[in-house]
Amino acid sequence: MKFRTFLRHLREGAKNIFRNGWMTVASIGAVTTTLILVGVFLAIVLNLNEFAKNIESDVEIKVLVDLTTEDDDVIALGDQLRQLDGVENVYFSSNDEELESLTTSLGEEGRAWELFEQDNPLNHAYVVKAETPQETEGIAEEIKELDHVYDVTFGQDIVDKLFEFNNYARIVGLVLVAALVLTAVFLISNTIKITIIARSTEISIQKLVGATNGFIRWPFFVEGLLLGLLGSIIPIAVVLFGYHYIAENLASQINISFVEILDFNPFAWYLSLGILLIGATIGVWGSVMSVRKFLKV
Amino acid sequence: MILMEDVYKTYPNGVAALNGINVDIKQGEFVYIVGHSGAGKSTFIKLIYREEKPTKGNIIINEIDLSKLKERKVPYLRREIGVVFQDFKLLPRLTVYENVAYALEVIEETPKGIRTRVMEVLEEVGLKNKARFLPAELSGGEQQRVSIARAIVNRPRIVIADEPTGNLDPETSWGIMKTFEEINDKGTTLIMATHSKEIVNTFKKRVIAIEDGVIVRDEQRGEYGYEV
Ligand SMILES: Nc1ncnc2c1ncn2[C@@H]1O[C@H](COP(=O)(O)OP(=O)(O)OP(=O)(O)O)[C@@H](O)[C@H]1O
Ligand SMILES: [Mg+2]
Repeated sequence: MKFRTFLRHLREGAKNIFRNGWMTVASIGAVTTTLILVGVFLAIVLNLNEFAKNIESDVEIKVLVDLTTEDDDVIALGDQLRQLDGVENVYFSSNDEELESLTTSLGEEGRAWELFEQDNPLNHAYVVKAETPQETEGIAEEIKELDHVYDVTFGQDIVDKLFEFNNYARIVGLVLVAALVLTAVFLISNTIKITIIARSTEISIQKLVGATNGFIRWPFFVEGLLLGLLGSIIPIAVVLFGYHYIAENLASQINISFVEILDFNPFAWYLSLGILLIGATIGVWGSVMSVRKFLKV
Repeated sequence: MILMEDVYKTYPNGVAALNGINVDIKQGEFVYIVGHSGAGKSTFIKLIYREEKPTKGNIIINEIDLSKLKERKVPYLRREIGVVFQDFKLLPRLTVYENVAYALEVIEETPKGIRTRVMEVLEEVGLKNKARFLPAELSGGEQQRVSIARAIVNRPRIVIADEPTGNLDPETSWGIMKTFEEINDKGTTLIMATHSKEIVNTFKKRVIAIEDGVIVRDEQRGEYGYEV
């Protein structure tokens, strides 16, 4: 194919967008709706993924040491903990540090605890971090058997639930996105098919005056691509503005450190690029599928 | 050039349109195909540019055996044959200009070449001032002339016209015949199905008469031979 013919196909595909009038509007509408849903789902699923990953890596075991334990024994316990299989690191948090972190984490209400500064009722503690979150529970069980251990706590429930939820969200999200994309392809190929049935006479005439299948197919390809790209404009705008809005408001209003969403930059840009690519794929796929049948004349 | 040996064509609905056609048309000839309505003229023509395939028999066009021609090579055969269709077959959403240009776009002519050549041909068929019209905005005769313009625009080796003057007044018909004679003088083979006694008897050429799907007469510088 000569370059000028390629340009001709681009021009022809673009003209068809206008020649098809309402059918173009219908196709773009189908892509737009799908891509908005796909965009929102992707934003949610990817954030959940990240969120769960963060929490998983944050799971720590807290080991409270008996109040009556001698200092030497406290140190020995630390060494024992470090030698356990699957332990990544262990750090010591004295009862003073424990009190301080308790006071600060409670904010205003924590003031009441300052009274205890002279006579600290808290235990010394070790914070143990497992190499992988899956090992946490087993390690905690082992630690319970050791001497001078008063209590062992860790967020087992949260971990379990998150694992479950995370896998679930991943699967549901993927299935939904796939279903949406297929629906859009179906919608587009159907809209194009309607125009193409009207165009089947045109295609047969084009073949009679010497056009090859490729020559006929190219403008459809371009048209599909343009439909997909045009259809992704609004969804990208929705994602960019929506995500920006949410990111701003979450940051300013909620002070819970663990509700953190992915940074607008670059996440929202990547997501937009993804939407653009999915839109283009849907458009091209839909139009190529619909034209195939009519070329076998 | 165009050779048919014992060609039969039966349509899927059982109509036997051609029943043993033998014909040999040389490069540069001008041939009228005459015969009553339903005799098989259009079917004969469709076999040449491979819109229809014969049920039986051999067809050879430009040294190509059509029974051995691969499907994807068909477009290249059709570019050698300009066809004026009985029902015009214009692309409804393209303008007159774009319809004619299409035949040049498929052979990847330069944009400049397309522009000059299309305007030249439109001038020849007297439609230069209607270049931007859509087919639906034209009279029957005008549409027919667009079809003629498209058939000759890429200077094909063979021009086949299925009743190209059916909708034209005598004066315009004469103009078209002059155009055909000119391109025929330059070596293009011309095959024309017609019901016009005047044309056949005035512009004397080879006449092939078809009746019930067989050739009943084939003479050089023949007469129309039917009462109108
Ligand atoms: N696509 C088709 N399917 C079935 N039968 C057809 C088809 N085309 C033509 N026929 C039949 O074949 C016979 C010959 O038709 P054809 O069109 O070749 O006649 P013609 O000589 O061109 O007539 P006219 O002068 O009216 O154009 C007719 O009986 C017609 O009914
Ligand atoms: Mg006919």
